Amino acid sequence: MSVLLRTEGVHKSYGGVRALDTCTIEVDEGTVTGLIGPNGSGKTTLFNVITGYAKADAGEVYLADRRITNIAPDKVFALGIGRTFQLTRIFPSLTVMENMLVASQHHRAGARKRAIEQLEFVGIAGYHASLAGTLSYGQRKLLELAYILVADPAIILLDEPAGGVNLSLVNHIAARIRELNAAGKTFLIVEHNMEFVMGLCHQVTVLDSGTVVAAGPPDIVRTDRRVLDAYLGEDIEDIEDTDEDPDPSEGT
Amino acid sequence: MAREIYQAIVDGILVGGVYALMAVGLTLIFGVLDIINIAQGVMVILGAYLSYELAARLNLDLFLGLLITVPAMFVIGVVIELAFIRPLRGRERTSMTLLVSYAVALIIEGILYQTFGADDRQLNAWYVTSSVHVFGFYLPYIYLFGFALALVLVMALYGLLYRTGFGRSVRATMQDETAARLVGINISRVAAITFGIGVAVTAAGGMVYGATNSFNPNSGYDLISRLLAIIILGGLGSIGGALVASVFMITLESVVDIWQPEWAIVVFYAALVIVLLIRPTGFFGRKAVRAQ
Amino acid sequence: MSEDQIASPNVLSRFGGLTGLRLGGVVVLLAGALAFPVLFPNPVITNYGVFALIFVAVASAWNFFSGFSGYISLGNAVFFGSGAYALGIAARDWHVTGTGVFALLPLSAAVGALIAVPFGLIALRVRRHTFIVITIAVFFIFQLMAYNFSFTGGTTGLDAPFLPWAAQTYNNPFYYIALGCAVGAIALSWLIRRSRFGLQLRAIRDDEDRARGLGVRAMRVKLSAFVLSGAVTGLVGGVWFLYLTQVQPPSGFDPLFDLSVVLMAFLGGVGTVSGPVLGALIIEPGQLYLTANTNGYISEILLGSLFLVAVLLVPRGIIPTGGEYIRRLTTRGRAAIPVTSQGAAAQVADPAPVQEAQR
Repeated sequence: MSVLLRTEGVHKSYGGVRALDTCTIEVDEGTVTGLIGPNGSGKTTLFNVITGYAKADAGEVYLADRRITNIAPDKVFALGIGRTFQLTRIFPSLTVMENMLVASQHHRAGARKRAIEQLEFVGIAGYHASLAGTLSYGQRKLLELAYILVADPAIILLDEPAGGVNLSLVNHIAARIRELNAAGKTFLIVEHNMEFVMGLCHQVTVLDSGTVVAAGPPDIVRTDRRVLDAYLGEDIEDIEDTDEDPDPSEGT
Repeated sequence: MAREIYQAIVDGILVGGVYALMAVGLTLIFGVLDIINIAQGVMVILGAYLSYELAARLNLDLFLGLLITVPAMFVIGVVIELAFIRPLRGRERTSMTLLVSYAVALIIEGILYQTFGADDRQLNAWYVTSSVHVFGFYLPYIYLFGFALALVLVMALYGLLYRTGFGRSVRATMQDETAARLVGINISRVAAITFGIGVAVTAAGGMVYGATNSFNPNSGYDLISRLLAIIILGGLGSIGGALVASVFMITLESVVDIWQPEWAIVVFYAALVIVLLIRPTGFFGRKAVRAQ
Repeated sequence: MSEDQIASPNVLSRFGGLTGLRLGGVVVLLAGALAFPVLFPNPVITNYGVFALIFVAVASAWNFFSGFSGYISLGNAVFFGSGAYALGIAARDWHVTGTGVFALLPLSAAVGALIAVPFGLIALRVRRHTFIVITIAVFFIFQLMAYNFSFTGGTTGLDAPFLPWAAQTYNNPFYYIALGCAVGAIALSWLIRRSRFGLQLRAIRDDEDRARGLGVRAMRVKLSAFVLSGAVTGLVGGVWFLYLTQVQPPSGFDPLFDLSVVLMAFLGGVGTVSGPVLGALIIEPGQLYLTANTNGYISEILLGSLFLVAVLLVPRGIIPTGGEYIRRLTTRGRAAIPVTSQGAAAQVADPAPVQEAQR
């Protein structure tokens, strides 16, 4: 399996605060990779650096073999990397359809048709003429996903897709991600919801204080000492409890 | 020639100190409330008129009169904030508050015209017309006193900001309003009081301005444009920046005035534009994310 | 859901009314405007008409840049005054007399556009607060230049060539020219709003960085709109100059100009096409009346107060607020199906009609 996206030794500081420290991650093509870690570990900063919303102080970012370090966000988007934000960024005074059209800058022909397809895919096509500002939080998340899909990205970076929404919507989003992944799209997902991550991801990378402390399949990472240390006092309970179907061969 | 330049520099620094007083109030209001108070210019003029009335009717010394005008302006500031700024909400808040303050400025200007007419006035006292002769330079007493007043008030302001609990709340709000709310700071109170303080210092600035310039209700425009240029140059929200920028700009204008009086003011704005091209956030402005 | 079922959202559908009705209304208004000088030939009345139309054009031009992009400009007087002065200078230096001056109007538009280029390149790079202040600063620079340069006539200003027309009907040609400008500005505003260009502007207003990230060439878009706005405003400035036959620094570069224009746009509804029109038609005649019949300072107080009232009571402007009011009246009692904007969609909390993809 080839590596689609990777970062190499990325450093990023904000004033005196070291947000990313020699951060090296790899995302294999065709996988759904989770990016987890305690609050403040640098996950969103890493996203910002990858997608050009922040400049790396040092280090490199590669898309396949192409060096994309510090290029502008619109070029990153045009190269096939889509990205959502933790606090959804949509255009509230434009209608849902108009939001989709803004994202079609690089793909003019058949923009409307593609927009409808994506809106139907995520499930908010009925709201196409509504002002995006009137959508609920969950609907906005779906809209954000839809409009980055319009560009047919090869890899999609999702920042807390399951955050702050109810269970049925979480499952809906997870199902959409699976479908897209089955069609060949790669995902890198920042999430705090461990059930979501463990149930969906092929690989998980763990960040702590801006650096990678573990990477691998979910089961292995979950019991890694360093990961538990990183989360100590925070979500350690959740990690142990996400085991809904405990493997009977494991003694308890 | 050199003598003239030095005199111009000295004048510039002294006058710059007074402008600093007015600019600091304006930048403080921006830093805390995130609004640009266009009415600040006309507030200065209002302060000048108030000082004038007190001097004319009660024969009160200009500096003593400040004991009345400063608290009065504070109250006016608080009332304006509560009545017109507070109700504004929504995404367009910054533009709206700017326009609202512009509207308030118009109303006050109109009222001043109605009450006092359009004639020029000037405040007068013994120290306005006489100067002290030091090292071959003429230093009008009023400028010296005004500069001293500015120093005292700015230091008091710093004292308030850095040595009191309230000041800490103000600084916290300037940094991050949401975080400040979360730690229990009463943003509404901070906003109203800060606006009041910002306006109150203009009373002091107004008195000195009125003593050193002839003024009429229309003088506010020229003032506010300079003050805006100053605070942008210094960096929106930066008090130190406002200080430095005031002295710098006024001194620059004062020096250019020697050669080309009509162009001195243009240099003012041109300097603003040039600095912004190089450094969009001003001298000491925080590197804020653009848009919104 | 097929493509044709999703109609392209344009400004007409915003009002929740039938397209046909709307078009009919526009035709009626236009006919009325054309007939106005015939119905009210009194020059005092047509004078109101000329000024009102001038400001309809100016407010619309202001709005299709500032209203759509969110960059509030308080310096459009720069274009207005420059258009006026350019015409005056050209007429004087090229010895143009009589009705020949009207042929110079395109020059006013060109000057407005040309000034907008460097103005925009400098001003549009900064944050919105700073942008507003830069526009104010540039305004004052231009006013000062008008006072200080000799070729602008200094404090005396410039005069327009004399037009040997009858006093009774003197205003009428100006009325129709102003009407042409107003209609042009409104049409331009409408075209921009429903175009891709307008979409990009509005996206910039909502979230410029995100729009950039999606490929919108923000500087190019903003500058283009700014230049168009400058061209129209400059043109109208030229017309105004010819009508008044004179311009001086405080009238060509009037500090109240921009505030009035902004108020017109806000009162009527920033970001809509008809909002500024309504605002101009309400405020300009009012201002004229007050300036003529009271000392000018009362009009300042009233202008400021009116603005405060407008901002506090109808923050989004008359047209959007009125439109929503009508929509609420007409949708009362109907099921909460999310078909058009506001209100209806907000009642559905979850994406209830989740349509699974038939892939």
